Order: sequence, then C-alpha cells, then structure tokens
Amino acid sequence: MKIPYFPGCSLKTSAKNFEISAISSAKVLGIDFVEIPRWNCCGVVSSLSSDDLMHHLAPVRNFVRVLEMNKTKMVENEKRMLTLCSMCYNTLKRSNQRVKNNPEELESINNFMYREEEYDGSVEVIHYLQLLDEIGFSQMTEKVKNSLENLNVAAYYGCMLIRPKEVGIDDAEEPEIFEKFLSALTAKPVAWNAKKRCCGSYLTVNNKDVVVDLAYGILNDARKNGADLIVTACPLCAFNLDNRQKNVLEKHPDFKTIPVLYFTQLMAIAFGLDEKSFGFELNYIKPNDVLKEKVFK
Amino acid sequence: MPKKIVINDASEEFLRKIIELSGEVITLCDQCGTYSGGCPFVEEMDITPSQLMRKVQLGQQDVLESKTMWLCATCNTCTVRCPRGLDLSKVAEGLRQVVLRQAIDNLDLNNYPKEEIKELPQIAIIAAIRKLTS
Repeated sequence: MKIPYFPGCSLKTSAKNFEISAISSAKVLGIDFVEIPRWNCCGVVSSLSSDDLMHHLAPVRNFVRVLEMNKTKMVENEKRMLTLCSMCYNTLKRSNQRVKNNPEELESINNFMYREEEYDGSVEVIHYLQLLDEIGFSQMTEKVKNSLENLNVAAYYGCMLIRPKEVGIDDAEEPEIFEKFLSALTAKPVAWNAKKRCCGSYLTVNNKDVVVDLAYGILNDARKNGADLIVTACPLCAFNLDNRQKNVLEKHPDFKTIPVLYFTQLMAIAFGLDEKSFGFELNYIKPNDVLKEKVFK
Repeated sequence: MPKKIVINDASEEFLRKIIELSGEVITLCDQCGTYSGGCPFVEEMDITPSQLMRKVQLGQQDVLESKTMWLCATCNTCTVRCPRGLDLSKVAEGLRQVVLRQAIDNLDLNNYPKEEIKELPQIAIIAAIRKLTS
C-alpha cells in the first residue's frame, strides 16, 4: 500500500527516531510511506480566530500536494494524508475541517494561491494509529518476533490525538486505541490516570517550571501504575516527558527516571528489526536496560 | 468589600469583540466550574478559567492583564467537558489576539539563556512564537 506521508519538521530533526522506526516497521506490514513532495510546515498549532484565514494556507498547500501526487501517479487514487506527529495531525485536520465546512473561506484561499491547483476538500488527514487500526491491529501480532509480554507500557495520548472531539481519533475521555495497539504488539498496557493529561506543550519555552511539575506528575503516575516505559505519538510531549526528566531530577533528586519511546519504536523492537531502526540515540532516557531485562533476555 | 460592576458601551464592545474573534456565544456560560476543575494549569493562574469567562461576559477589560490566557496551552480538556458546548480555548485565543494585534508580544526569546533555547526542539519554539508573539 502506497500512501502520501506528511513528515512535518520534527520528524526530520528532533524526532528522527520517530520517522526511521515508523518507515522501517511499516515496510514489514507492506505499507509504503511516500513522502509528499515540497511539503511545508503545518504551522504546529491551529489558529483559532474566526477571521484568521492566513494561517490555514500552509495546511491547504499540503493538501494540494496530495492532489498532485494522485495526478502524477505517485500514488493510486489515495487521498488520505498520513501523519505521525500528533500536533501535525491535529493542525492539519482542523484546517481541513474548517475549509471543508466553509466553502467561501476555501475560495479565498484558492484565489490567494493563484495558479496552484485548486483544493477541492477531498483530502482526508489520518493518523498512523488509525491506519493500523483500519488494516487490523491483529496484522501486527503476526509479525511480532520479539515478544513484549513482560513489558508494561503506559500509552500517553496527550491532547492532540483525542481533543477536540471533532478531530479526535478516539473517545476524548475514555480512549482505547493506543491500548489496543499495545496489546496487538503483545505488550501489556497499564491502566493509569495521566494518559490524557497535558504535558504543558509549548509552555516548555517560557514556563519551564510548570512543564517540569506536570511532567513529574505524569511520569510518577506511570511508574506508580507499574509502567516500564511510556509511549507517545507527539515530538513535543516526547521532549517534555523525556528530555525534561533532566530538570525533574534537578528538582526531585529521588525521582526514578522512565524511558519515553515513540510507539513506532516499539513496533520496530517487536518486529525484530535492526537496532539502527530504533534510533535510541535521540531518546534522552535510554530504554536499553529495561528492554534487556524484559524483552531481549 | 462589595465591588461595583459597571456595564457600559466600552464593556459591551469588548464582549462583542471577543465573541466575534472566538466565534463562541460567551454569554451561554453559566459558571458551573468545570473549566477550573479540570484545567491542568489552574494552580499557576491568577484567575481561574471560569473567572476569566465571567470577566469577559461582563466586558471587564482588566482580564487582559491576567496571565491566565497566556497559560492556556489549548489542551482542550475544558472544551470536551463544557456542558454548554463552549470552547474556552477559542476565547483565550481571542483575548491573546486582542493584545497581540496591537503588536504587544508576550514572549521575548532574548530573555532566556541561549543554552536553554538551544536545547528546545523547533516544534516548541515555533508553537510558542505562533501563540505568544504578534
């Protein structure tokens, strides 16, 4: 299956481990991520003001690229745009909904883009977890070479995958998709309270202490409920929960660190891929010890 | 000490402006407290999200001096729980925009140590600049 793939900025920089593990493990399932030519930044956050159209231009340009990919036969009648980063997913999906629901706004954007191909609202933004669910999580189980049955994993949804309701990939209050994913990979999902609590997002820039406190609460909740590691789909959550453990330790010397992985890294591990596809060099808290104890025995 | 609430043309115009920017019928909020109960940032705020909403309803422009709207990171926890179907994150965005559109920024990266900024991923910096600067 060939599908247009929107990487976004983080997957080419701070979250290269997310991309490399996703692409290599997708191959095992017969999914071919075709990177969208000339993709541009989604804008990271969604502009919410009623009169702000300009910031929806960047997402729409990316949708035009997907139409072009269909025209040039890079993909066959595939107007789904695949995202991995949950912030990209949220921002692109919200813009898409807005222009689909407001034809006059879409017309303004199309006019602004002059000779670009007109966007007709036909692209659908999806997250990789949705695609895996659609294909059937059980397909993954068949490919598992390294059993994760001894690994207790806390699935961290954060905000952007499940809120607001109109873009959420699952129920906003009782999501299960991530746990189903983990079970299919043979891992043990843990029940915990903080799985959809905000990590502080971009406040990590100007309110570091707030984020460090939030991270401390979330990480401790995962530990308290028996998690060996946490998985996420968001490069910003990953920074706040993984890299900020350095700051958590400064504030709470007795804190016990816990690895935070992208969910695709867990796929690469379970599928028995080469260590290069794990990309652990970009994880701040290294998972090697816990994996040695619980997986690679 | 009782506080006198004055509704005048200026306060009505302010309320109208925030309704227009947010697209939310702010007057529907009946102060049930759900926003403040679920907000992960409420401890850091000087006025609670529910108080912020009430101040906007009354057109009290001193709400712009509060740090609450700058601490709202659009996590949408309140949005999915509001029994009135209101989206406070859009109201907070409207309030931020009223300030930012007068070219008054809430963030200056020069105020932070260079080594701290270097550690940040671009996703954090771009999001903060988009939300906190004009």
